[in-house]
Amino acid sequence: MTTPLLEITNLHANIEGKEILKGVNLTVMPGEVHSIMGPNGSGKSTLASVIAGHEAYEVTDGSIRFNGIDLLELEADQRACAGVFLAFQYPVEIPGVSTKFFLKAAVNAIRKYRGEEELDAMDFLDMVEEKAESVSLSIDLLDRNVNEGFSGGEKKRAEVFQMAMLDPLLGVLDETDSGLDIDALKIVAEGVNKLRSKKRGFIVITHYQRLLDFIVPDFVHVLKDGVIVKSGDKSLALELEEKGYAGIESCGSACSCS
Amino acid sequence: MNKQINTTNDPKKEAAEALPGGGMLLSSSNPVEEDTALLKETFKEKYKWGFVTDIEADSAPPGLDESTIAFISAKKDEPEWLLEWRLNAYRHWLTMEEPDWAHLKYNKPNYDEIIFYSAPKSLADGPKSLDEVDPELLETYKKLGIPLAEHAALAGVAVDAVFDSVSVGTTFKDKLEEVGIIFCPISEAVHSHPELVKKYLGTIVPYSDNYYATLNSAVFTDGSFVYIPKGVKCPMDLSTYFRINAKSSGQFERTLIIAEEGASVSYLEGCTAPMRDENQLHAAVVELIALDDADIKYSTVQNWYPGDENGVGGIYNFVTKRGKCQGDRSRITWTQVETGSAVTWKYPSCILLGDDSVGEFYSVALTNNYQQADTGTKMIHIGKNTRSTIISKGISAGQGQNIYRGLVRIQKGAENARNYTQCDSMLMGDRCGAHTFPYIEVKNKTAKAEHEASTSKIGEDQLFYCNQRGISTEDAINMIVNGFCKEVFRELPMEFAVEARRLLEVSLESSVG
Repeated sequence: MTTPLLEITNLHANIEGKEILKGVNLTVMPGEVHSIMGPNGSGKSTLASVIAGHEAYEVTDGSIRFNGIDLLELEADQRACAGVFLAFQYPVEIPGVSTKFFLKAAVNAIRKYRGEEELDAMDFLDMVEEKAESVSLSIDLLDRNVNEGFSGGEKKRAEVFQMAMLDPLLGVLDETDSGLDIDALKIVAEGVNKLRSKKRGFIVITHYQRLLDFIVPDFVHVLKDGVIVKSGDKSLALELEEKGYAGIESCGSACSCS
Repeated sequence: MNKQINTTNDPKKEAAEALPGGGMLLSSSNPVEEDTALLKETFKEKYKWGFVTDIEADSAPPGLDESTIAFISAKKDEPEWLLEWRLNAYRHWLTMEEPDWAHLKYNKPNYDEIIFYSAPKSLADGPKSLDEVDPELLETYKKLGIPLAEHAALAGVAVDAVFDSVSVGTTFKDKLEEVGIIFCPISEAVHSHPELVKKYLGTIVPYSDNYYATLNSAVFTDGSFVYIPKGVKCPMDLSTYFRINAKSSGQFERTLIIAEEGASVSYLEGCTAPMRDENQLHAAVVELIALDDADIKYSTVQNWYPGDENGVGGIYNFVTKRGKCQGDRSRITWTQVETGSAVTWKYPSCILLGDDSVGEFYSVALTNNYQQADTGTKMIHIGKNTRSTIISKGISAGQGQNIYRGLVRIQKGAENARNYTQCDSMLMGDRCGAHTFPYIEVKNKTAKAEHEASTSKIGEDQLFYCNQRGISTEDAINMIVNGFCKEVFRELPMEFAVEARRLLEVSLESSVG
């Protein structure tokens, strides 16, 4: 049997002493796309941050195995090197640091971790051109400082572009659709779809079903008050759209999802 | 006692090669003895008033009085007018009080305990091999990327036979002399070019200027003298390596740079490796004069001993630097990267007298542990269409305190004067501080002064973002800090910028976490 790409078991996490995740179970196999939906404050972004290793969150119970290793043992930068990528809901600006410079440092840190040779400037630029095209990102943008003065759409496209550059095993998209108009949404979704592969898995966090019209998930989970209360296929997302989160019944104890 | 001076395009390499006192220390069989003999004679002739210091000694006794000054002057065989000038400064100094308006807390130096003149230690007195040197110091050199051969030199190991300084020094000196440039220790210039020294010394920073400058005027031991003749573009960056000779030149450097009409020069003053200097007080003075269409670029990388992580020890760096754009269309640019010293009190300034003259100040000041820096600039606009730019970047970590203090004064006659000031502070951790004291005085209606300021905290969010892309926290901090300082670093000559970056990295090590 194939090793799960990500296996989250009974995950509990706090921030500043407040429990946000209260026993999350989730298994993502290579090649699968899982969508996590849920109302505001249900813990969606916390889950993304905990997977990526944000220090502000304290894991009090449970485990996360990633590609056969204990992910919780690794620092955030090591997790990134091991193949976890988080596309941020609010990408951070870094004044004075060009996007190209930043990405070259990132690409080479990851290559070094994998025991690969670091890219020189020429090879790196070739790679940039190739990947930028896939998300219709203007190369000029990459000479600007990281996320500084980017429009909402540019920021999200830049995140997907970075994902393409870093070639992770798991892509976690934290509300990548927020603040995007329909055209921008399509471009971003198309970029993500190009990255779908048999090896790579995705967790797509979103409020709205709309994104899932473009990135079609294999599974949809509803996160409510720190636990996954319902899991299903794409049709669950449509049901949610119709009834709202309030109308969702927990699948009950028989279901493996909670 | 002669300051080691070298001209170079590759400061690190040249400084290494130029180590053994630039032949100045080693050129005669026993320079100290020779000097003293000479001194004895001069002294007898010139100073007949109750001067009791034993001139056989290499150091003056602690404390300061007129005889100490006479001793210094005699050691340097100075002309009468200079001794008079020193004594006037000293007498004025006695009437002054040490300033306390800066946002600094420290124990004032006890001037009775300071040794104001100390001849260089003989190389033979130093450690005999690298094995005898503090391993922590060597580790830092390694991180700064200083070649191994140079480690010994910096640590004060006796290595006289290793470097061929004389040839390097001479090659550059010849090249400079060809175009008429004078570049030598100021104590030498007093003898070789007395008319120039007399004409300009103290004209930009008068001996009565301020407490520390006045003290410097009384007791300055050495420094650089640069003269660029009319129309000459200095063919290379000139640099003084205080790190080589700080032990000999003492705490009171005095530098004078004159650029005649249409001349230009870039001068680097630096100490990129840490100096484990025990001297507590450094009170230097730098004067720059730019005539019509002249251009002077003065860059400093300062890394004096900052004290330990508990704030014990470290240098008091109380420096007066001022340039005068005397001529029309002249330009003076100060660039400084200040990472060392326990306490820094320093305001490199420009007097924009000539019409269309330009003053610029680019600064990065970093304070970590218990370091304090009160630094900034003064731009005095007097001529028409004068322009000034101030870019100040303060970084505070640990319990460091970083203060920007700046004055932009636009005088009545400064039609269409322009100033742009940008003043950014970055905080790391929650125990450090950043303070900004900008003064803007505008007396001309056509003038424009702009001031922008920002304070940012090196955020957990920024670090997490970098971490999430595989970049380690240490690399992320360096990246963010370098990004923050970019506008200043790009003003530095290439090799200097590289060293400045490394220096910031070393200084910030383990400051977050």
